[in-house]
Amino acid sequence: MFATLRIALMAIRRNVLRSFLTMLGIIVGIAAVIVGVSMGTGAKAEVDKRIAGMGQNLLTVMSGNMTRGGVRGGFGMAPNLSVEDFDAIRREVSQVTAVSPEARTSAQVAAGNQNSFVQVSGVSDEYVTARSWPLRSGENFTAADVRNASKICLIGATTAKTLFGEGVDPVGQAVRIKNAPFTIVGWLEAKGSGSFGQDQDDILLVPYTSVMKRLSGDTKFRSVFVQADSPDAIAPVQEQITELLRRRHKISDGKDDDFMVRNQQETSDFFNANNRIMTVLIGFFAGISLVVGGIGIMNIMLVSVTERTREIGIRLAVGARGRDVLLQFLSEAVLLSVLGGGLGIAVGYWLAPLLTQLFQFPTLISEASVILAFTVSAFIGIVFGFFPALKAANLDPIDALRYE
Amino acid sequence: MPAVIQLQDFQKTYRTGEIEVRAVRGVNLTVEAGEFVAIMGSSGSGKSTLMNTVGCLDRPSSGKCLIDGVDIGSLSRNELADLRNRKLGFVFQGFNLLARTTALENVQLPMLYARPKIAISEQNQRAAAALELVGLGQRMDHTPSRLSGGQQQRVAIARALVNRPTLLLADEPTGNLDTRTSIEIMGIFQKLNDQGMTLVMVTHELDIAQYCKRIVVMRDGLVRSDTPVSQRLDAVEELRKLEAEQQAVQLTA
Repeated sequence: MFATLRIALMAIRRNVLRSFLTMLGIIVGIAAVIVGVSMGTGAKAEVDKRIAGMGQNLLTVMSGNMTRGGVRGGFGMAPNLSVEDFDAIRREVSQVTAVSPEARTSAQVAAGNQNSFVQVSGVSDEYVTARSWPLRSGENFTAADVRNASKICLIGATTAKTLFGEGVDPVGQAVRIKNAPFTIVGWLEAKGSGSFGQDQDDILLVPYTSVMKRLSGDTKFRSVFVQADSPDAIAPVQEQITELLRRRHKISDGKDDDFMVRNQQETSDFFNANNRIMTVLIGFFAGISLVVGGIGIMNIMLVSVTERTREIGIRLAVGARGRDVLLQFLSEAVLLSVLGGGLGIAVGYWLAPLLTQLFQFPTLISEASVILAFTVSAFIGIVFGFFPALKAANLDPIDALRYE
Repeated sequence: MPAVIQLQDFQKTYRTGEIEVRAVRGVNLTVEAGEFVAIMGSSGSGKSTLMNTVGCLDRPSSGKCLIDGVDIGSLSRNELADLRNRKLGFVFQGFNLLARTTALENVQLPMLYARPKIAISEQNQRAAAALELVGLGQRMDHTPSRLSGGQQQRVAIARALVNRPTLLLADEPTGNLDTRTSIEIMGIFQKLNDQGMTLVMVTHELDIAQYCKRIVVMRDGLVRSDTPVSQRLDAVEELRKLEAEQQAVQLTA
């Protein structure tokens, strides 16, 4: 085996330029596989990171249903989750650590001579727990603040920077939301961009009662966040909520829900559906390139067999069996394609970060894709090297020795 | 002990399309161990076909060909390969060495295909010993392009000997060499024959055939004559004569 490999390596070294050009098809194909898959996994990792950033074991109850009666509609079009629904969830659903509604509105917010148009979310005191959102300074508001519809708020990192400047602790300052003064009690840590790519830190968190009474006048919520107490509790909590809301919304059996309860996995799947299509497409084109590369290898191996007919004759004359010759040429083809695969992987490792750098496209090279690429290149060598190798093995020794 | 070669009514017919060529039409020939046979004949006489069959590269169309007592007509392609590997050594007119491969590696070639396997250290040692035997101990790491014709043929002889064959076959071994080198090669063959090696060689040149012990002449696929060499030439003696002549030429010039 070692001797066979050595002979194969010698044959490849004998014609470096030609060997390299032969490998080029495989190099390009494998690099495309590596980069393509890295784009897919990179995008997925990014989505997963953002969704995990939403909070742990988080369930989102949303108004409306995307697939009502099999027809896709926009979600959360008309808010239909009431304060009573929220109270019922908090009261009746077990294995839950935090529940918070979200009443969203946007408003002009001013502090001193600075002002900004930001998202104002009306939430309960459990919201920051559910979303795993730590405070940089100050304190969260309390259940009592929610009951009293207090004019206090938590400020997001971006909003704080816009209104008060970089690094200034805004706790204790006042902001005017639609001209109503609110006192800042807490400064939120930066959370980064959300699953839609929006800036999650350009926000004010206000007790939902305050938003409903003083700012928007809404009576229903668009969504309610529920944190289950463990990963195992996600499914039962999801069931309990569904059952509870169906009962409260008086939805008879057989009718579709007018709400959605999504866990993070489902949210992630939703966003990753597009990534998967992209990965499959890139994989398809990379596959074509690999087949073309394989044909290139077969072509050169056929030329090589013809060129080395005399050598084959000598080997057969001194006692090589057909199998020995077959193995020799096959290992040469496999070595060519595996070397090409290795170089392709190297090119992929070089290209993927470059892609991230130039186009801000997230890439992540997975070990599985490297192993896959390597196996595929070896497989290509075997498949496309077999025919030329068989041709060599079946040569007649007398004809081969006489070949000029 | 069986004869090394035994041909019984050996015939070989080639078919190319419609045309049938009867290359060998019934040859009976026995070569015992320790013989040194020259096969002569013009082209088309069937001597190459005979050599190919004796060399186990081909099988007879009819009749029998026994090598060391084994009927090769009944052997498979793989069994023929193994027989070539174990019992036969080939020396060709065109040397047939692997280019860009050192003399030592060329000599190792038959051992790569030996069954059972030979350890690398033993391969190196045996290849080196074979090269010493043909007087190339100093040039083991030379590739064929850096060796003269005579040296290349010596490498080929070393390669033919390395698996300790029963029979050494040479197809016009001196065809590409000058007189002096030819005699040197015949000297190596005579030395091997003295040590007990059986040799069969094809040659065109009558003076080269005089170094053998027996001459078989073929024509039109049949053996026309089979005679022992009466006045056998000795390579050592002839080389000395040649040198004396050359010196005489230099003196007169």
